[in-house]
Amino acid sequence: MKVLPINTQPHNDNLLEIRDLHFSRGGRPVFRGLNVSIPRGSITAIMGPSGTGKTTLLKLIGGQLRPERGQILVDGIDVHRQGLSDLYQLRRRMGMLFQSGALLTDLSVFENVAFPLREHYALPEPLLRTLVLMKLESVGLRGARDLMPSELSGGMARRVALARAIALDPMMIMYDEPFTGLDPITMGVIVSLIKRLNDALGLTSILVSHDVQEASSIADQLFLISDGVVVDSGTPEALGRTTSEWSRQFLEGLPDGPVPFHYPAPDYLADLTEAR
Amino acid sequence: MLGGLQKLGHWGLGVLERLGRGHLFLFRVLMSLGTAVTRPRLVIKELYSVGVLSLLIIAVSGLFVGMVLGYQGYITLVNFGAEEALGSVVALSLVRELGPVITALLFAGRAGSALSAEIGLMKTTEQLSGMEMMAVDPVKRVILPRFVAAFISLPLLAAIFSAVAVMGGYFIGVGLLGVDGGSYWSQMQANVDFYDDVMNGIIKSLVFGFVVAWIAVFEGYDTVPTSEGISRSTTRTVVHSALAVLALDFILTGLMFGDI
Repeated sequence: MKVLPINTQPHNDNLLEIRDLHFSRGGRPVFRGLNVSIPRGSITAIMGPSGTGKTTLLKLIGGQLRPERGQILVDGIDVHRQGLSDLYQLRRRMGMLFQSGALLTDLSVFENVAFPLREHYALPEPLLRTLVLMKLESVGLRGARDLMPSELSGGMARRVALARAIALDPMMIMYDEPFTGLDPITMGVIVSLIKRLNDALGLTSILVSHDVQEASSIADQLFLISDGVVVDSGTPEALGRTTSEWSRQFLEGLPDGPVPFHYPAPDYLADLTEAR
Repeated sequence: MLGGLQKLGHWGLGVLERLGRGHLFLFRVLMSLGTAVTRPRLVIKELYSVGVLSLLIIAVSGLFVGMVLGYQGYITLVNFGAEEALGSVVALSLVRELGPVITALLFAGRAGSALSAEIGLMKTTEQLSGMEMMAVDPVKRVILPRFVAAFISLPLLAAIFSAVAVMGGYFIGVGLLGVDGGSYWSQMQANVDFYDDVMNGIIKSLVFGFVVAWIAVFEGYDTVPTSEGISRSTTRTVVHSALAVLALDFILTGLMFGDI
């Protein structure tokens, strides 16, 4: 039997530590010395405008991308120093909810949730059925077990994906834009599920989002990212009192401020008269 | 001038980089071959969608190719009073060349493009990323069964293509144009050598199967995750497979029959 990578670091209250992370894509720096610490059992929202690399950060944490410099420690294990086999063992303890749900389109809801269990464990069919139904019940979709992914609404697909993400009983779950494109009722359901599952299963949840209100309502701490670094962090209440102009603009959704309304351009009048 | 050279260099580097990625990918696939043995059900499922579902187009095409060969062979042979040799002409053309080559071209268009599109769409909809995050290796779970199924299917389909085409030639030559049926079969039996002709044809279709399967799964896995990217991948699968099959056919023919 394969032995899981062991945490050789002294016991640490932080499940995830990102230290001096540098990463570029296509010559453009995405992260320039990012530092984030996420305590065990907490819900942490990593926020920032579109294109700041929030999804990229989740892929770096999951070891799907490799940083140029810096360290990502999950439960004390350096993600990018693991061999492929050890990395896969570590991923069994990390769940991820993709924005699209990433359900396997040729499998039913039941089989999608059963997929990681079938792949990793040779469980007897009755036990597997019980486990899958329990996971589906926890997201309220036990009755939808026979539906195909194409028959699900966006919110339902995300809930099935959530049931699948907790199928292997992970220690943490990463949520990629969990609130995007949902109606208010479904969004409320997802917000409540994230909170409920985190508390009931003793998880650590990391969600990347730009939905300030929803993320703030359940997060224990927020990190605001811009230009590849953390520009502000703290509890939602503390960030509500922030004096940083950038943070205020982002949290209050102001159209102009440190992030300008206009894309950099030459002088307007000169531009208009140039053709004459 | 300098700009043109720069573009040429950039293009050349891009081609080399893709070739390198393709070979590393093939290495990963081949290193996972054990999965095909430990989980044969995955391969059998793909054998159905890749092989069985290609049967109809292969059989119908084989029938028409055989009938055309029957016509053309008869028209040429009858001038020399050698129409009894029609069976051997049809069979030799098929087992040596047309069977493996046309099957590979049709297979690339029917199954290869479908494989690329399916894998490409799985990548675009993050299904492959999702598997990775569930600690399931998509190369073992998705790519390898499709690769093995395509590799196994093509030689079998080529054999079926040749058999159906021989029957097509028979219908036209014997049934329509009056060639003696006994001569058709006996000439074929006398002139088609199992090792020199049939085995060489099988080797060709195995090589084509390997190359088409490799190109199809690589193009799908390497697709740019957009709708345009999938479209380009499927096109590239068909074009690159066709070019590779024709070029390899030339090389293999030279190696196998060059000393005649």
